[in-house]
Amino acid sequence: MTQPFSAAISQIGPDSDVVVTSRVRLARNISGFPFVSRASNPIRLEIMRVVRHAVDHASKRTSADQELRWIELQSAQSRDRILLSERHLVSRHFANSDWPRALALSNDEHSSIMVNEEDHLRIQFLCAGSRLADAFTAAFRLENALAESTNFSFHPRWGYLTACPTNVGCGIRMSAMLHLPGVQIMKEVDRIKRAAKELHLAVRGYYGEGSESIGDFFQFSNQITLGSTEDALLEEFNGVVLPRLVGYEREARTAALARHRSRIEDVVFRAHANLSAARLLTADAATKDLSRVRFGVVMGLLPVDLATIQRLLLQVQPAHLSVIDPRALEGDEIEREVRATFMRQALARGPSEPNPNS
Amino acid sequence: MKCDHCDKPAVVHEVIIRSGVSNEIHLCAEHAIAAGYPLPIDQPIADIFPQLETASKGDIGKAKERSPKCSACGLTFTAFRKSGMLGCPACYDAFMPMIEQVIESSQGGATHHVGRSPHGGAETERLQNLRAKLMRDLEIAVTAEQYERAAKLRDELRAMDPPTP
Repeated sequence: MTQPFSAAISQIGPDSDVVVTSRVRLARNISGFPFVSRASNPIRLEIMRVVRHAVDHASKRTSADQELRWIELQSAQSRDRILLSERHLVSRHFANSDWPRALALSNDEHSSIMVNEEDHLRIQFLCAGSRLADAFTAAFRLENALAESTNFSFHPRWGYLTACPTNVGCGIRMSAMLHLPGVQIMKEVDRIKRAAKELHLAVRGYYGEGSESIGDFFQFSNQITLGSTEDALLEEFNGVVLPRLVGYEREARTAALARHRSRIEDVVFRAHANLSAARLLTADAATKDLSRVRFGVVMGLLPVDLATIQRLLLQVQPAHLSVIDPRALEGDEIEREVRATFMRQALARGPSEPNPNS
Repeated sequence: MKCDHCDKPAVVHEVIIRSGVSNEIHLCAEHAIAAGYPLPIDQPIADIFPQLETASKGDIGKAKERSPKCSACGLTFTAFRKSGMLGCPACYDAFMPMIEQVIESSQGGATHHVGRSPHGGAETERLQNLRAKLMRDLEIAVTAEQYERAAKLRDELRAMDPPTP
C-alpha cells in the first residue's frame, strides 16, 4: 500500500493558511458501454479492462512520479480502501461499494482515476494549497493521454455525457477545500453559503458529498459545466471566486482577532493543551482541536509548523492511525488511547524533529 | 387551472399584452417544454426531480405503463426520475424533452456545450454545426418573444467567438 505521508492533503502549498487542497476532476464515460449503475458486473469488468489498457498506454509516456499504479478495490483490504478515502483520493461511497472497481494512482499521489464510480472514469488531480490552474493542466494532460487509446462518450449538443445529466458539457468539477475559522467565528457561514449558492457553487463538508463540515473545513466546487469553455470556468472559479473567498476569510480572521482576541486565544490554547494532555481522543475531537490549533498557527499565536498540523490532521483518522499503531484496531477505547498517546508525543517533539513513523 | 391544450394542470402562466390587448397563456409542464419555456434558473438542483414528479402527478398509474423507455438500455423514465441517473448515452436522446429541462435548469439556463471535444480534426465542423443550430434557436426564441432565452443563446454564440487579442 501507499506510503503514509505522500498524500497531497497532508502537505502545504500557496495560500495554505486558507486553502488546504485544490482538485480538478473530469467525468468521462467510454462510448459503447452503459453507465456504471446500469452495467452488469461482467460489463463493469470489461470497462476496467478497457480503462486499464488506456492507463498502461498513458503511463508509458509519463515521468516516474506520474506513473500510474492499478489498485482493484474489490480485492483490496478494507483498511487500505479507507486509507484512500481519508486521503480524499476516493469517495467514501466508492470505498465502500461492492462491485468491480479500481483506482489508478500516480506514485506521487497527485493524479488518480476512479474507475467505475458514478461514471466510468473520474480523472483527478489533487494538490496542496491554491493550485487549481496546475491541477487543471495536469488533469487535462492525463485525460488527453487516455483519449489516445480510448473513445469518450460525446454528444454534439451536450458535450461529454455523464451518468447524472447535471454534469454534462465539460464534465469538470473544480474544488477547493477551505479552512474557514474566521468566517465561523464572525458567524458568516450562512452568508457565505448563500453567496456560494447564487454563484452556482456547491458547499460540502470535509469528506465531500453528503458529509458534514468538521473543524471549519468546507469544500467549494462549481456546479455549472455547460455553456462555457473549460478555460472560462477555470477563470471564473480560480480567478474570481476563490480569491474572493480567501480574501473574505482573511478579513474575517483579522476582524475576529481585533474584536475577540482573548476569546480566540482561549480557544486555541485550550485546544493545544487538550491535544497535549488528553488520554483518550476520538477522531472527530482530534480533528476539531487540530482545526483550532491550525487557526492559532496561521495567526502566529502558536509556534507549531503548519505542515505538522496538516500531517496530524490525516494521521488521526482511524485507518491512518492503525498504520502507525495496529493496536488501534483492537477496540474503541484502545483506538482513542492510541490516538491520544500519538498526539501527545507528536506535539511534544515540536516542529523541527522528524517523525519516526514517516 | 387547466392547460390550454389538454386537461392537465397548468404550471406555466404568462400574460402577453400586445397593442393594448392582453392574452393569457396557461400550459402544463409537457406543453410548456414543447413551447420552449425555460424553468426558473435559480432553482436548487435537488428540487428539479421532485418538480418533474409534480408535473405528472394525478396519472401515476397510467404513467407507469406509459413511462418512456430507452430502447438501448431499457431504463424507464420513471426509474431515472427515482435515481437521477441515466442508464446509457442513448438515454439522452430517448428522454430528450425531459432531460433538456433537467439540464437547462441545473446549468443556469445553458443549452449547449461550447467546450473541448474529443474529435480533434472534426472540431471545426462540429463548431460550425453548433453555431448554425444556436442561430436557428435564437431566431425561434426571438420570434416566440422569449427574450431571456434569446439573450442566453446570444451569449453562447458570443462565447464561441475566438478571443480578441
